[in-house]
Amino acid sequence: MKILVCISNVPDTTTKIRIAEGNASIDTTGIQWVINPWDELSLTRALELKDDPASGVKTVTVAHVGPASSEPTIRKALAIGADDAIRVNAESSDAWYVATQLAEVVKKEQFDIIMCGIESSDYNGSVVGGMVAEFAGIPSVSAVSSLSIEGGNMLITREIDGGKEILTVPAPFLAVVQKGIAKEPRIAAMRGIMMARTKPVKVYEPVQAEPLTEIIALEKPAARSACKLVDASEPGKLIELLKDEAKVI
Amino acid sequence: MSVLVYTENWDGKFKKLTYELISYAYAVAGMMNTSVTALSIGKVDEEELKQLGRYGAKKIISAENELLTTLDNQAHTGVIAGIAQSEKAEVIIMSNNNAGKALAPRLAVRLKAGVGSGVSRLPLNLNPFTVYRRAYSGNAYAHVVIRSEIKIITLAQNSFELKETNETALIERLNVAVDPSSVKTTVKEVKKQTGKVLLTDADIVVSGGRGMKSPDNWGPLTELAEALGGATACSRPVSDEGWRPHEEHTGQTGKIIAPNLYIAVGISGATQHLAGISASKYIVAINSDKDAPIFEAAQYGIVGDAMKVLPQLVTAVKEIRK
Repeated sequence: MKILVCISNVPDTTTKIRIAEGNASIDTTGIQWVINPWDELSLTRALELKDDPASGVKTVTVAHVGPASSEPTIRKALAIGADDAIRVNAESSDAWYVATQLAEVVKKEQFDIIMCGIESSDYNGSVVGGMVAEFAGIPSVSAVSSLSIEGGNMLITREIDGGKEILTVPAPFLAVVQKGIAKEPRIAAMRGIMMARTKPVKVYEPVQAEPLTEIIALEKPAARSACKLVDASEPGKLIELLKDEAKVI
Repeated sequence: MSVLVYTENWDGKFKKLTYELISYAYAVAGMMNTSVTALSIGKVDEEELKQLGRYGAKKIISAENELLTTLDNQAHTGVIAGIAQSEKAEVIIMSNNNAGKALAPRLAVRLKAGVGSGVSRLPLNLNPFTVYRRAYSGNAYAHVVIRSEIKIITLAQNSFELKETNETALIERLNVAVDPSSVKTTVKEVKKQTGKVLLTDADIVVSGGRGMKSPDNWGPLTELAEALGGATACSRPVSDEGWRPHEEHTGQTGKIIAPNLYIAVGISGATQHLAGISASKYIVAINSDKDAPIFEAAQYGIVGDAMKVLPQLVTAVKEIRK
């Protein structure tokens, strides 16, 4: 069994976002790029499955759409434990474009499980995974918080509004992964970092695709009014303010 | 031409987010001089369907088939795409909840439509079609042009006011055909959370962080949430420690919520936490550290010991609720 984990690289989640001149992109000066947190959790789960001989998982491949400058993110995934990687050599312009490229990878190679994070922490679109599955014509399950393989069958927990569902789906399929799938992301050990240098990274040229959406402007969220402090000796005052001033209770 | 809304139901019932979608769609349709068609998939009775009319749906299509009882992304997408085509939908609106996130992208590929997800305002412009949405985990908002003929919008929860209209809706019942072999997922078990206000639906949320010191200290926090008719939530370290279930984790990698009131107790306010709650209308901080960043995000605050403050807040709420 083969797993593909799609990874996106995003600004480190503690980054203070600054908007660049022209107001349509962020200022990337000094930004540390990391694997998107949900993709990292997917990768962790994929590697846990591979570690368990009963799962039947033999290889874990990562795929990324990005220019050569995003190679460090791919190497990090390899250092954590992915066996090999595929990079589609293109700037990721929108979800449609990225999903078209990833679907080509899915169609070209034989994977049993494809994993995508439920969103990227930069664009927060939540659509790439589902699009890849539809382009590739395979089932998808979204908001997956646990995934196991029992006797070759996929057993999935999916989060729904107000609960969970346990379901099965035949491979090949795509899991759109959310929190819960794995506890802590793995950290690359020195040996992994050394080995990552020699692991194969295949580079594909992109297929023709037209982006359907475009960010034309970015703005910072509106500033909030200053915090009104209530003395700790009179907490009841807070409730009065919430009732009479904010009118929210 | 029409604006199509996909409405999900929970055991045959709609909820506030459904009516938010219809109210939003009605406003969009008004901008475009067209009308709203609501599509409901699954068993929903006449009385409940009529509610969609109250908020502005002109036509309600109720599609039923036993095979559509649980969500199968491919089967549901097929039904919505078919209706979108027969209704000549130019804009399709659904929630940015788990079902919306599961269906919008598949539908987008079927219809060659661009998606604006997590939209929180009416379109800024119709030509080019420009939506306003959250990006960079709430650290920025983006104006996004959708260039495709058909546009899909997923609406952020609690971002649009409900508005009743005088529309009377026409209800059309449809027995849709679904090829059984096209349904790939099999739901074995459903575990529903019962008796509690759902975090994503709640107007008021009381949330605890590491400053609560121990899972044994949650009593007064839960009491405050109950007294306010709200839900409980927690920060990431708390769910990672196993003090609270991970369903309660709000923040960048947990649930993104936008209640009217968010009370953060013993939460320092790391960027990743604020990413999940920054769209709340009011944020209240209760923290013993006066320099905690949560006070910069909050409009009201108390610098003090949560264990002393919480019981007094419970008493005060019970007093005004008498």
